[in-house]
Amino acid sequence: MPLELLKYGLRRGHKPFHDIPPTPDLRRSYDVVIIGGGGHGLAAAYYLSRYHGITNVAVLEKGYLAGGNTARNTTTVRSNYLTIPSIEFYREGVSLFENMSHELGFNVMFSQRGQLTLAHSDGAMRSFRLRAEMGKHAGTRIEVVDARGVQKICPHVNMDFGGQHEVLGGLWHADGGTARHDAVAWGYAKRAAENGVQIHQRTEVTGFGVSGDRVTEVRTNRGTIQAGQVLQAAGGMNGRIAEMAGIRLPIRCFPLQAMVTQPLKPFLDILLSSSDLHTYLVQSSRGEIVIGGGTDPYQLASTRSTLPQKEALATGALQLMPFLHNVKLLRQWAGITDITPDFSPIMGASPLQNYWLDAGWGTWGFKATGVAGKRMAETVATARVPDILRPFALDRFSRFELLNEMGATAAGH
Amino acid sequence: MKIMTCPVNGPRNISEFQWLGPVHDTAEATDADLLNRLFFAPNPMGVLREWWRHTPSNTVFIAERDLTTDEILRSYLKGSDADRTASPA
Repeated sequence: MPLELLKYGLRRGHKPFHDIPPTPDLRRSYDVVIIGGGGHGLAAAYYLSRYHGITNVAVLEKGYLAGGNTARNTTTVRSNYLTIPSIEFYREGVSLFENMSHELGFNVMFSQRGQLTLAHSDGAMRSFRLRAEMGKHAGTRIEVVDARGVQKICPHVNMDFGGQHEVLGGLWHADGGTARHDAVAWGYAKRAAENGVQIHQRTEVTGFGVSGDRVTEVRTNRGTIQAGQVLQAAGGMNGRIAEMAGIRLPIRCFPLQAMVTQPLKPFLDILLSSSDLHTYLVQSSRGEIVIGGGTDPYQLASTRSTLPQKEALATGALQLMPFLHNVKLLRQWAGITDITPDFSPIMGASPLQNYWLDAGWGTWGFKATGVAGKRMAETVATARVPDILRPFALDRFSRFELLNEMGATAAGH
Repeated sequence: MKIMTCPVNGPRNISEFQWLGPVHDTAEATDADLLNRLFFAPNPMGVLREWWRHTPSNTVFIAERDLTTDEILRSYLKGSDADRTASPA
């Protein structure tokens, strides 16, 4: 690698290159049409083209590449869930991140720095013990630490001994990490495009042609295309898109807000969160403190921001690190989450034979970008849902086989 | 600050209210209805009728809110004239 870099640097006549080719004209038909040009859709396109030999693929993106929830999440990669199917699935997701830069030849800046979740109540400690045991059983690195352990891992935390939010202990998840969200999406997009996948930006799906139990065509604002298989990975619009195909999903939209501070010198070398304060902090590679939390308290399909939610995030952040009190906020934003009743995603088959779902990512599936893409690609290519995805099927609701991850997602991580 | 009108206490700060979720038809008959009621909550790109509670006075009422604009269109008590004329959820 260093030698190649040197050779490249000394070479004459450098040609400019584009990571992503400009949007081409739509073909009349594709073997696979992927709805949604975010991380998940692009990853699926990459795995289809790289490992399954399916290159006649179109990725349709309503706006610009990775501009939805891929750009709005807070880039936490972790596998500290509660149920075995979830832990196994996200464990594979973390392992894909560990090798992603090599796989893609694209630096996704994965930093496996560990995640520490604080408990300020006995209830939180109890749930941590359960999550730690489940995680150990499923082979992830996770343990409960006491207050002294918290101080050792993160000396900056305000322990608030004797106060209202005294830190009782924490859940230390050494596998946790963070990566650069744009790089993940662009890495997958670049390699998928090299393999022949067509990425269509500014291409909005407006409807479907359904005949019997199959989707035959996808209608867009740029024309109608024939589709062999359709994969839906549309983030906050999943409910709406599925409705166009005549599928009702158990999804409700809630906004999720986050914000970043001005850049500071590096001091926070872990991902820090609090399950009781509904706040988490991570320092980005630019030095900004990214502050995130739970969703808005009521259902909404808009990315507007609110002062109360921002105040709640700031309150939590200042409780954990009071020395941030004079740090200025730089940016704030919101995205639309598609929340399922059990806070687990919906992946796999739909009532239509050739229409596949990758939806319900709730408080966001950045951590699952690789694994969802890989496993959904396998699903589409083989027309069979792999075992690791079976527990996430849409029909789990009618079987009352829910995967309750409320405690490990929305507020609890 | 966002304002919600409580049918009993008048316009109040939204932080005084708790969102309780969409108004459902409570007369479930079949298993499918029950499944629907439990898991398939309405998620329209438009107006939703939903239960809210004014927490200091414990007033539970219905509000109609546009889920795309977050505009609260009207609010009324269950069983009031406004409720009887409202379209079903």
